[in-house]
Amino acid sequence: MSDAAIPATPAAAAAWLDHPAARELARRHRLRWWEALPWIAAAVVYFAFPHYLGFGTELVISILFALSLDLALGYAGIITLGHAAFFGTGAYAVGMLAFYGIWTEPITGLLLAALAAAAIGLASGLVLLRTRGLTLLMLTICTMALLEQAANMARDYTGGFDGLPSLPIAPVFGLFAFNPLYPNTQYLFSLAVLLVCFAFLRTLVYSPFGQSLTGIRENILRMHAVGSPVRRRLVICYTISAALAGIAGGLWAQTNAYVNLSVLDLDRAATVLIILILGGYGRLYGAFVGAVIYLALEHFLAQFYPTAWQLGLGLLLVAIALFARNGILGLGEQLWRRWRGRRAAP
Amino acid sequence: MNFVADLAGIVLGGLAAGTVLFIVSVGLSVTMGLMGFVNLAHGAFAMFGGYVIVLAMNRANVGFVPALVLGFAATAVLSVILERTLYRRLYRAGELDQVLFTIGLIFIFIAATVLVVGPESQTLQLPAALRGQINLGFVQYRTYSIFLIVFGFLIGFGIWLAFERTRIGAQIRATVDNRRMVESLGINVDRLFTITFALGSGMAAIGGGLGAEFLGLGPQYPLIYLVYFLIVVSVGGLGSVLGVYYASLLLGMLDFVLKLYLPQGGTVFIYALTILLLLWRPQGLFGRRET
Repeated sequence: MSDAAIPATPAAAAAWLDHPAARELARRHRLRWWEALPWIAAAVVYFAFPHYLGFGTELVISILFALSLDLALGYAGIITLGHAAFFGTGAYAVGMLAFYGIWTEPITGLLLAALAAAAIGLASGLVLLRTRGLTLLMLTICTMALLEQAANMARDYTGGFDGLPSLPIAPVFGLFAFNPLYPNTQYLFSLAVLLVCFAFLRTLVYSPFGQSLTGIRENILRMHAVGSPVRRRLVICYTISAALAGIAGGLWAQTNAYVNLSVLDLDRAATVLIILILGGYGRLYGAFVGAVIYLALEHFLAQFYPTAWQLGLGLLLVAIALFARNGILGLGEQLWRRWRGRRAAP
Repeated sequence: MNFVADLAGIVLGGLAAGTVLFIVSVGLSVTMGLMGFVNLAHGAFAMFGGYVIVLAMNRANVGFVPALVLGFAATAVLSVILERTLYRRLYRAGELDQVLFTIGLIFIFIAATVLVVGPESQTLQLPAALRGQINLGFVQYRTYSIFLIVFGFLIGFGIWLAFERTRIGAQIRATVDNRRMVESLGINVDRLFTITFALGSGMAAIGGGLGAEFLGLGPQYPLIYLVYFLIVVSVGGLGSVLGVYYASLLLGMLDFVLKLYLPQGGTVFIYALTILLLLWRPQGLFGRRET
């Protein structure tokens, strides 16, 4: 059978699907057993550690935020240090709508947050994504700083530096209220949102569109050469990524019931970048691993030894940049391959 | 008369702040232009040098000028050690790894400073000759600010001369323009870079010390001013001394005026202007080519 021939009959097509390359391609996006593990772990946390649900909510939101960055940075290779711009836009959209009593329903609130962030992502992406390298990095930082200072200036609407406190968020489905003391609803709601967004993202990155993003990351010239609409794809990707970040920000505002300038600052943008790279970018589960490790370390170390935490974090980042460019998951994969290779060798 | 004094105060204050930005950032611009290395940790060298200068003066009673020399030398040596051992492994790595690595370095510098010196910020004790006011004919102004403006101008002029008139300056300019060509001419770009990196970090150290008055000098210094250093460098154009000088003075003036008249979020205009400038000229005002 010739590989290049297009199958003429259904039987030939079926034979083609049996081709090792076709099977390999089909296998790539098949669900694997271990993909259930994060969700099982999340369920175990809910029942076994009810005191850590507040922390769990924060963790889930960080994962979602890191996933949104992964789409832009890990899959499409858009180097940004300003992703908090979209997180903050989503948070302020939810926050201002709720604070002024315009819209307090949480699910549609998240959709509005996604819309607002997507609008900013589209507008900035259309102009920003013409540049690359340092200029792009600077422009993403400046866009974020611009939004932060604009929010600071418009204190009559945004509360300025102090932000908007005690947001009234309506119960989910009109039944499950957000209780600040027992964050069960917050946890389950965030988890459900994460699951939906993750399913969407997983489908997206394995779709032809997602594959073309990887192509752009790997070799932008060749993608231009094969006639791929590179800029349009990048802008679409950036907009979707912004929308997901907006949902994460909206969730943050809803579950914390307040919003302030910290949602837009460089700290948040740098943290999410660190989380993603720590776990491993350009792979779906890097965000999960990175967020769990980063937040757990931060939660238990930073309170007691803030300086040691910062020192350790710095050393960890330097070590990752020098020795483990694909993050913890990449390192694990490398070790696993080596181990399997050694077992297969004798 | 009052109006003249106010205007002069604003202009001179802005110029002095801008001069500090220039002294700190000029090395960053040249090293980034040379190697294309995104060195976010440049401010950490400025902080390190600033601490050496200030602590030498306050705790060891070293004189003003010897302290500056000491800060310059200590920072240059430290930067060469780091460049030789760590930075050079990442020259061929992607921007992302460089960003991550230098953010990590910033954290290490901050934590080390807090551990060794403490979390409080430091103040520079000026020598008697630089305290007080000076009469400029039309206005009385702080001697130190005038000193800074003149000093910064002289440094800028000196660097510009070194760039335009010396052999090593010509090599640097050529490398910024076309690194491969320079390498194939047999010029040792690695060594050139190490020298430039050391001198640039040393300059940053002097800027950190002299600017303690304007920018403050605490452990968070490298993070607080990170964006400003990057704005100056990218607006001025990578590898362009003149560009950095103009961009620094412009940013210093704008920042000074906006903080005076619009303390709540007035810096929004700085970011807006930067975005517009970079969209108009992605390579910066004085940048040679697309990077």
